[in-house]
Order: sequence, then C-alpha cells, then structure tokens
Amino acid sequence: MTHFVDRRLNPKGKSLANRQRFLRRARAQIRDAVQKSLKDAAVADIGKERKIKISTKGTGEPRFRLDPKASGERDFVLPGNREFMPGDSIDKPKSGQGGGGKDASDSGEGEDDFEFTMTQDEILDIFFEDLELPNLVRTTLKETPNKKWQRAGITTAGSPTQINLLRTMRNSYGRRLALKRPTPKDVAELEEQLLAAEQETPVDGEKISALKERLARAIAKRKWVSFIDPIDVRFNSFTEQPVPTSQAVMFCLMDVSGSMGEREKDLAKRFYMLLHLFLKRRYKKVDVVFIRHTHDAQEVNEQEFFYSRQSGGTIVSTALEKMLEIQKARYATADWNIYAAQASDGYTQSGDARTCVEMLNQQIMPLCQYYAYIEILDEREMEVFASEDSGAELWRAYRTVASEWDNFATKRIAKPADIFPVFRELFKKAEGSHG
Amino acid sequence: MADYLFTDSEWDFATVERTYKAIEEIALNDLKLDVYPNQIEIISSEQMLDAYSSIAMPLMYNHWSFGKTFAREEAMYRAGYSALAYEVVINSSPCISYLLEENTMTMQALVMAHAAFGHNHFFKNNYLFRQWTNAEGIMDYLAFAKKYIAACEERYGHDEVEAVLDSAHALMHQGVFRYRRPPRPSKEKLLEKRRRRAQYEESAYNELWRTLPSGVEPPAANPTTAIDEDFGGEVRLPEENLLYFIEKNSPTLKAWQRETLRIVRNLAQYFYPQRQLQVMNEGCATFVHYTIMNLMYDRGLITEGSWMEFMHSHTSVVFQPEFSDRRYHGFNPYALGYGMMNDIRRICENPTAEDRDWFPQFAGNGDWIGTLKDAWANYRDESFIEQFLSPKLMRDFRMFALYDKAEASTFKVSAIHNDDGYRRVRSNLARQYDVGTADPYIQVTGADLKGNRTLFLSHDMHRGVPLHNQTKELVLGHIERLWGHDVKLEERAA
Repeated sequence: MTHFVDRRLNPKGKSLANRQRFLRRARAQIRDAVQKSLKDAAVADIGKERKIKISTKGTGEPRFRLDPKASGERDFVLPGNREFMPGDSIDKPKSGQGGGGKDASDSGEGEDDFEFTMTQDEILDIFFEDLELPNLVRTTLKETPNKKWQRAGITTAGSPTQINLLRTMRNSYGRRLALKRPTPKDVAELEEQLLAAEQETPVDGEKISALKERLARAIAKRKWVSFIDPIDVRFNSFTEQPVPTSQAVMFCLMDVSGSMGEREKDLAKRFYMLLHLFLKRRYKKVDVVFIRHTHDAQEVNEQEFFYSRQSGGTIVSTALEKMLEIQKARYATADWNIYAAQASDGYTQSGDARTCVEMLNQQIMPLCQYYAYIEILDEREMEVFASEDSGAELWRAYRTVASEWDNFATKRIAKPADIFPVFRELFKKAEGSHG
Repeated sequence: MADYLFTDSEWDFATVERTYKAIEEIALNDLKLDVYPNQIEIISSEQMLDAYSSIAMPLMYNHWSFGKTFAREEAMYRAGYSALAYEVVINSSPCISYLLEENTMTMQALVMAHAAFGHNHFFKNNYLFRQWTNAEGIMDYLAFAKKYIAACEERYGHDEVEAVLDSAHALMHQGVFRYRRPPRPSKEKLLEKRRRRAQYEESAYNELWRTLPSGVEPPAANPTTAIDEDFGGEVRLPEENLLYFIEKNSPTLKAWQRETLRIVRNLAQYFYPQRQLQVMNEGCATFVHYTIMNLMYDRGLITEGSWMEFMHSHTSVVFQPEFSDRRYHGFNPYALGYGMMNDIRRICENPTAEDRDWFPQFAGNGDWIGTLKDAWANYRDESFIEQFLSPKLMRDFRMFALYDKAEASTFKVSAIHNDDGYRRVRSNLARQYDVGTADPYIQVTGADLKGNRTLFLSHDMHRGVPLHNQTKELVLGHIERLWGHDVKLEERAA
C-alpha cells in the first residue's frame, strides 16, 4: 500500500525555468548590482560566482493588506507577559516592525533587499551584455592556437628521414616470404649442385640443363621480387596538434596622471577584466602585472593601480621600458605568452610618441601575442575625433604601429560598449582556428 | 530489551520501511488515526528547496516569483541562516511526504510520524479540507495547469502570460469563496470539460495564426463550442471573489487568460483552508509525532540516544519566544497547537478543579484520543482556540492582550492571564486567527457593463482599519490590467 520512492536521481535543476524567469524579470536591478559588485572586484575575480544584492523593486508581489498603523483600532495577544497589569500603557515601537506591534496575520509583506548567489555564467552573461559582445564570441572563448607536432601513426608517404624501418622491413619480409623470393643461400645451393653435376661422370646433360634453368629462374626472381619494394615502405606520421600553452602574462599599462578620472579608470578596468577573462579561458595560469605611469613608471598592486592618484607629467615610453624590464627579468618568451593592454587618455609629452613607436616596433611587438591600446575619451571628444585618422600625437603614432602589426589593436572608447571591438581581432582568431 | 528498529544514524530503505511499519502500527492501533494511503519520497536538499519555493507543490507551473523564493531560500540556506524544512507534505491522495536525504534515521522516523500520519490524518478528517479541497484531483489538476501555462507561454509569449499571472497572484487572497461553497464539478464533468478543452486547443491550433500580429485572437474552430460558456453569465452582486468575478465578466480577457485566472483561483481555493488551519494542522502533526515517538521509546523500539535526538529537535520546533525577544515573529503555530493538544490530553486524564469548571464536556473523561479526534475533525484555528484554550495554557504562555488605537502613542494592556482576563485574551487570540477578519474584506459592488465599464469595488473596514496605501495602488493597477477599464475602490466604515 505504501510506496517508497527514491527521487534523488530525478533530473536536477527543476527550478531553473523559474530562476531564468526571475533573472529576466529583475534584469535591470541585477545588472546594476552586478556592475556595482564588479566595480569593487579585482580584475582576476571576474568570472567567479558571487553574491548579488538587489532591491525588491520590480519583483514585488503586492497584495491588499490592512494597515492598522494608519487608523482604526484592533486587539491582539502576545506571549511572554512579565510585569504588565490590565490598564498599563506600553509605548509603541518607534518604526518598522520591531517589538510586538506586529501581529502574525499581517506579516509576509514588506521584504527589503535580498541577497542571492549568481553563478559564473549568469554574471558573465550580464558582463558581456553590457560590453555588447557578439553571441558567437560569448560562447567561443576558445583554446589557444599554439601548435605542437605529435605522432599520429604510420603513413605510406613522407620524407626519407621519417622512414619507419621496422615497419618497412616487416612488410618487406612478409612480401618476400609470400612471393617465395629465393634467398642468396638458395642460389648458392643451386650453384653448388650445378657444379657437382658438371663434375659428375658420366655427364647427365638433362640434369645439368634442368639445374641451369632453375638457377637462372632463381636469379631472375631475385631481380623482379626486390628486397625492398616501394609498397613496403612506411613513414612515421606527425600532425599538428593545438596545445594550450599553460601560462600567460598580462601587462596592464595605465596612465594615472591627473587627467585620468574615476570614469576613465572604470572603463579601463572593464577593458582589463575582459582581457583577463579571455586569457583565463585560454591559459591555465594568468599572471597580471600592473604598471602605472606618469612621467615615471612603477609596478604596483591592483589596489594602487586603480585607486591611487599621482601627479606629474606623462611620458608613456617609461611604462614600455618598465614592461620590457619586467618581461626580461621574469617572463621568458619561451614559457610565457605575453599580452599587453594599455589605457591612456592619449596625452604624452611631445616627442615621446616617436620613442614609443620605435620601442614597440623593434622590441615589444616581436614578443607580444597581442597588444591592445585604448584611448579613453569623453563623449564630446568622441565626436570631435570622429575619424580614425585624426587624433592626438600618441594616437597617430600608434596608428602606424597598427598598420604594421596584425596583433596590435587600437581603439577609442567612451562607453562600455566600445570596449569589445578592441578585441574583435583577438576573438576572430580564436574562432578561425576552430572554424 | 526488545530489538531496536535502528541503532545507527545512517538510514537505508530497508530500515525506513521497517520503521514505517512500526509507526503505522502505533498510529492506526494506538492512536486510531484514519489516513490516506501514504507515498514517501526521498529527495535531495536541492529538490527540497525546489518543492517549497513553488509553494510546496511539486508540479507547479513556472513563474518568476518561485525563482525568487528559491534564490532567497538558497542564499539563506547556504549562509546557514535557516535550516531546511525536514519535510514537505502534500494534501493529496495518496498523501505524498518528502523526506530529506540528509536526515538521520531518527529524523526520518520523526518526519514520517509527523507528516505521513499527523498531517495525513488531519488532511483526511478536518471538515474544511473535506469540504473545500479535492485531494484526489489536485495532482491531476496541477499537471493540467502546468501544461496549460506552458502552452500559453509558447503560444502567446512569456511576457503576456507573466502579466496575467502577476495580476492574478496579486488577487489570490481575494480569489476565494469564503462563505458559499464553490461549485465543485463532479469528476466526470471535470474530465469532460478537460477533454473539451483539449479538443478546443487542438482544433483551434493552426500554424498560420502564429504569424498574426499580437492581439489578434484566432477564432475558435467552431464558434458554438462553448469554451466561453461561463462568460457573461448572470452578474450576482456583491461578489467577494474578485478573481471569479473578473474571470467571468471582464470585457477584455481572452479565453486563455480566463482559464489562467481560473487556475490561480482554484489554487487559492485549495490553499484557503490551510491558511485557516495553521495552528491545528501543525499542532496535530506535532502532537502525533510526539506521542508516537514516545510510545516507540517506551516499547524499546528506539534507543535512548535516538530519543534524545528526537527531543532536541522537538523542543526546538515547539519553542515560543517571548514578545520582547528578537526572535519573536508572532505565535509559533507548532508551539500553540501542540501546547493546546497536549493540554487537552492532560485535561482528559488529570483534570484540575479549574479544568472541570471550564471544560465540563470532556474534563476527566479519559478518552483523549476521541476528544482530540473530534477537535481535529470539526474545528478550525479560530473556533478551536475559542473552545479549547485553557487558563493553564494562557498562564504557561503568559498571554496578555493589547488594545491598539492608531492615533494613540501607546498600546493599552486590556487583559492578562488572570481570572478577569482569560475570556478576553482567549477570544482576542481566536479573532487573530480568523482569516476573515485578518484579510481585508473587499467585494465587487458593481460593474457598469453597458456604459463605460468601470468596475466598482468596496472595502468594508473592520474597526476602521484601512488598506495599506502603497500596496493598494499597486494591486489596483493589477486589477485594472485584468479588467481592462477603470477600477474604483471605495473604503467604507462597516
């Protein structure tokens, strides 16, 4: 009569549909909350599950309810009387629901903000949405295009250096056996027999001619059944295999002089976050190096990088020098994939831009997998510099670098949605290698 | 010593089944309970969260509010603020109880006694459940509702369906028949209706209609098919069931929207008795598990350690914080219900002079099982408290009554647990559990169906307490969405 049912193996995530509906419903609040939470997060923390706190506005479920605080009268009963006698007066609790002013029946409403955990995917969705990442890119943050040769069995064609002797000889031996190729020993035996027959008396002409014929056939057969025939030959085969290089270093370069304000740094941060996320998907280990510069460059920690401010002029090449110095000391190109991301408001000391271009062309670009430069403008400047060609000195200088190197990207941005195009090439490559 | 049913805290199916048999024997033979057949399901914690975020119904249709509850509960659970419920039980036949896989064997025994026998007996016997909910049909109905809503979402889009559900949910408490019994179609009629509904769906389905601009309703295959048979029936006023009235009379709703309202209304009606029976339902289940577990211990079926574990859990369930305690959130229905039922047993077995005075009908009759079963069957929270709350229990809880006038800056203590106060405290408490007065009393008083189609509502204020203003506006917005025209609400002193 009684049934015991084990439901534990039932498909999980039954509430997923409800959750999606909820996230969709609270989209606006959640997006604000995610962005706020990412603002305070470290660059490397993007793509971790995190707690999100949203207000219940927009996801309220209103019901008619009574408001005895507004007017009217009521009686209610409480437990736990200690000293009260009939006729006593008790001060009402000041506000909210504290104390005993609330009876059980009208509760259940008036929830405040509430907190819940969003998974990595859900967070990324929102992060990507803001950056207007194309859908394909969202799903194909793919493996690295690095290649390694790997043994891939045996083939019948190849270069002589790759001959597989063992296989070749085995084939040859089998073929020789099957075709009954006379061995040198067989030939020598026949020759011996022939010699003996010739010396025999009386001379048996018939026997001699038969032996001669056999000998001739054997020698001929040895000729046409070759010792190694082209069909015996086998080669070792190798194929290209993409292998994830296990580590990458990401250099974040930023101008921190007075002209870079809160907004500029926030945009820069998102830019770094996206790059980090991208690298994270490709490499097992990602190091991040923060280099800030004014007229002088320093390696700093993330906190200082984003939040401290320095005064001074702006010499961009100092940061490049610093980067090279660190790279030489700690990140050998053989072991590390090097990525660099530079953010600036486009201003540098006059003449410095040429130094930068030289350094980039000759020293840095040969080392880098990818170098991205973003210039953060405000919306008004964005209109002024509508054309790609016009711009400040640094911009024009970098444009020449970009024309020479495929893996050098430059972009002006004024709002989050402008960030992604910087990476377009980067992502395209990733897709291409798999498409 | 007799053989223990289990000595380990780990459970397995064989042990659970053996223990269930032992509990069943006590429940049926000693307590003489009368239950629906049981179905016991073991679920994981995620499934448990699932279950009670969709208002404890396993087959609920999809709606964002359930996702919200789930997200919140999950966060609370993960942060360790709240433990999961040990059990969820569904008023259906067979009666389905969920056991959490993490429970120890003792907890599984407790939960089976609590849910599979305590709640189950109450569901089967209480007059409100018997009259108002259809335990046999609920699962089928939920399955139908889930499918129907999903089909609507597919056909009319998530947003459209969500809008109707949002508005309907806002009126859930105004979507029940409180006094007159809802017309309950016989099973055959229901099946026939469902068959016709399905047939309609099939016949009206046409790939072409999906390409129409939104707002164009595909015509029914056969206009005489009475899919809207109930629409525009006689208007009986005043009508307290807002959802019902709107469903039948709204000038703008489409057939599927009416059906959606009907689904929400039926669910509201199904849950309405539970809202009136919180104290009794939990009290009954708690009393039953307490009694059964103790009998099992007395008979040497469970170990002392197991009994201690049970007592620890039991006492935290029936803990009642005092009003000044930070943990206080109103009366704990488990504590009050269990307290009263335990007290009834005491009055039956060992009455004091005071008890004989107050409860001459049953004090000292010795038949606590009969007395309790009668109470479980024939009362609801309000009447149960009014009838059975004893002076001793009021003293134990140290209850006192306050009088609150909104304009005054203080509450006035109107009665305490003394000879002068017992009756007043008791009836005030009973009133507190009367859903009829706790919910605002809102009725449809008129609808200008021939003119500008304004819908007139009234709120009859009980003792001058008005509606909460902000939520009132929000809910009125929802009503306007459903009704499609102006809605006017008048608050009047009763």
